[in-house]
Amino acid sequence: MQYVVKRTVQALITLLFVVTISFFLYRLLPGGPVEAMQQQLVQEAMADGGQVNVQRINQMVAVRTGIRPDEPLYQQYLGYMESVVLHQDFGTSIWKNEPVFELLFTAMPWSVFISIYGLLLGFGVNVLLGAVMAYHEGGRFDRAMSVVATITSSVPYYVVAILLLAFLAFEAGLFPTGGRYNPATTPGFNLPFMASVVYHAILPIATGFVVGFGTQALAMRGNSVRVLGEEYIRVAQLRGLGEFRIATRYVTRNAILPLYTSLMVGISSIFSSSIIMEQLYSYPGVGWYTFGALEHRDYPLLMGVFLFFTIVTLLGVLVADLTYGLIDPRANTGDTESY
Amino acid sequence: MDGHDIDDRQSRTDLFDVPPEESPSPTSRSERWYRTLDVWVLSPLRVAMTDWRMPVGATILTAFVVLGTVGVRLISAPEVSEAPVYTGAFRGGIGAITTSGGWIDIVSLSLGETGFTLPWVALSLPLGTDRFGQDIARGLVHGTPAMLKMALAGAVFATGVALLVGTVAGYRGGVIDTVLMTITDIVMTIPALPLIVLLAAVYQPSDPFVIGVLLAIDNWPGLARALRSQVLTIRTESYVEAARAMGLSPGTVLRRDVIPQLMPYTLINAANAARAVIFESVALYFLGLLPIGSTFNWGVMMNQAYQAGALSNVDRAGHWLFAPMCLLVVFSFGLIVFSQGLDRVFNPQLRARHSKAVGYDDETGVSTGD
Repeated sequence: MQYVVKRTVQALITLLFVVTISFFLYRLLPGGPVEAMQQQLVQEAMADGGQVNVQRINQMVAVRTGIRPDEPLYQQYLGYMESVVLHQDFGTSIWKNEPVFELLFTAMPWSVFISIYGLLLGFGVNVLLGAVMAYHEGGRFDRAMSVVATITSSVPYYVVAILLLAFLAFEAGLFPTGGRYNPATTPGFNLPFMASVVYHAILPIATGFVVGFGTQALAMRGNSVRVLGEEYIRVAQLRGLGEFRIATRYVTRNAILPLYTSLMVGISSIFSSSIIMEQLYSYPGVGWYTFGALEHRDYPLLMGVFLFFTIVTLLGVLVADLTYGLIDPRANTGDTESY
Repeated sequence: MDGHDIDDRQSRTDLFDVPPEESPSPTSRSERWYRTLDVWVLSPLRVAMTDWRMPVGATILTAFVVLGTVGVRLISAPEVSEAPVYTGAFRGGIGAITTSGGWIDIVSLSLGETGFTLPWVALSLPLGTDRFGQDIARGLVHGTPAMLKMALAGAVFATGVALLVGTVAGYRGGVIDTVLMTITDIVMTIPALPLIVLLAAVYQPSDPFVIGVLLAIDNWPGLARALRSQVLTIRTESYVEAARAMGLSPGTVLRRDVIPQLMPYTLINAANAARAVIFESVALYFLGLLPIGSTFNWGVMMNQAYQAGALSNVDRAGHWLFAPMCLLVVFSFGLIVFSQGLDRVFNPQLRARHSKAVGYDDETGVSTGD
């Protein structure tokens, strides 16, 4: 119970910390987003030949970012904190002229859809492969797969994406070169639409699968080899327990634990990589909006993406953290003695 | 002064390194030199040579360093319209080796006035040209220094911060540990790419060293955590306790007794951090998410090819996009294999089987006598 409370408190601290970082990025960077927006608006006003009304410009900035540039700094900070945490108000996008939160909220399921399947698929295959490699440690299969895993882990995922796109999509025309679904279908619960969604997601998911391939298999192999050498495995064998029970309950369960942590870290890296993936596949998820926001200097949207990614990652890590306590009863606070 | 120094070292050797009953006579200076050489250079080399990873990794990395330092001086930078645009890679295929023309020719090179001639390989646009009629191969060579600088800066920054945070948190414990580990967890959770991209957009950095550091801001937490847990074990060792009992300052104990133990693991992870930084930098330059300006590297090259539609027209411009990509994969393969090789060299269990040449077991610091 103490563990649960500790983890939740830590997640909340992280959230406050990140909102603070994003505020500082907004406000205190020389030439940062708010200043840049002010200048942009002044230039627009001058180009229109109108009077430059500082108050009006500050109002416009406030509407879009949730920060009032004319207030004292601590009030700006508190106001920003309030609008983000209490009202989920991330500001208004300059590029799309829509609330940032709604833009991202509708794009989010698509990003999760293409990233989570690749991640889970890769995780499953890697665990199986690593376990089999460890079982045949030093054998031909183990040595061959070690080399293959090393080679695949030296290929970055976007290289895989480029190759898949260039040859399977553009050259051979087997897969679509972009988009989330065929615009000719009507979105809804019907077969053509769902089929086209899956069809458009195959290449991105395949790429996501490759992201973690190899490294995790090697890690799983190493863990399994280590666990196989433990004395409790020998004791279990001497007690006459069945092979299957030893393989699943004793070896795999202990070997998977460190990987579970890497899966948590993987959640944040997979969202990071979605910026690159979705741009390559022209897949309008959150990552694609990030790219567009950068191109259009849409700072509210960019900051929104930053917050949004962090919150989703925090939730994922929190869920993983809390379930980790279920998987590994040894997970405790483990405070160390102070010198 | 000098004599005192030697005496001091002698007594320390008696205390910690060599049990008196096994080697009572003091070793000569040359023997000590040989022993040091053996422990730090020869036996790691012996271990390294038993496996293909270390030699292959070291060769690849050396080749890239040579390319990025010497190669840049020997090979001139490509110029616009020096050759027809979109010349394909490897013109003439394998047959070009025997016939003249094509991408590769065997020529004879005369050595000055001596009259001797050597067979030499002459390459002409081996990887083809880009949209501007520039030699892609020479472009790759001139893109290498920036890559090396980014990798170096990223690796040094990530391992440096990790070492500092990990050792201090693990050694001091208590409140400092909790605070540092909370910060580490926070950084681990923050999705770094949006942050990096945002900072790059605001500040428009162009120096490869700065970009390397920027890309490494999310690379240290994992290593810091791992190092902390190692320090937690090391700090209970008797020699660390002895050093503390002697009243040495925490900084001294960390520097002299703790950090040397962590170096192998840190070195292995430095190679991994370098790879991560290279991956990210190429990705971000490729998509134009980092300010390109006048910088030139493999990522920028891929960006130019991508902008020119290399993806949708592989036959015409594919080689322009694929050449830097292949080089990137080879470079990262070198780094991975190198770090795996390092792991083998430093892994005490593996090492014990190979390093007993002079009867000195590096792991326990005790003469094994066989």
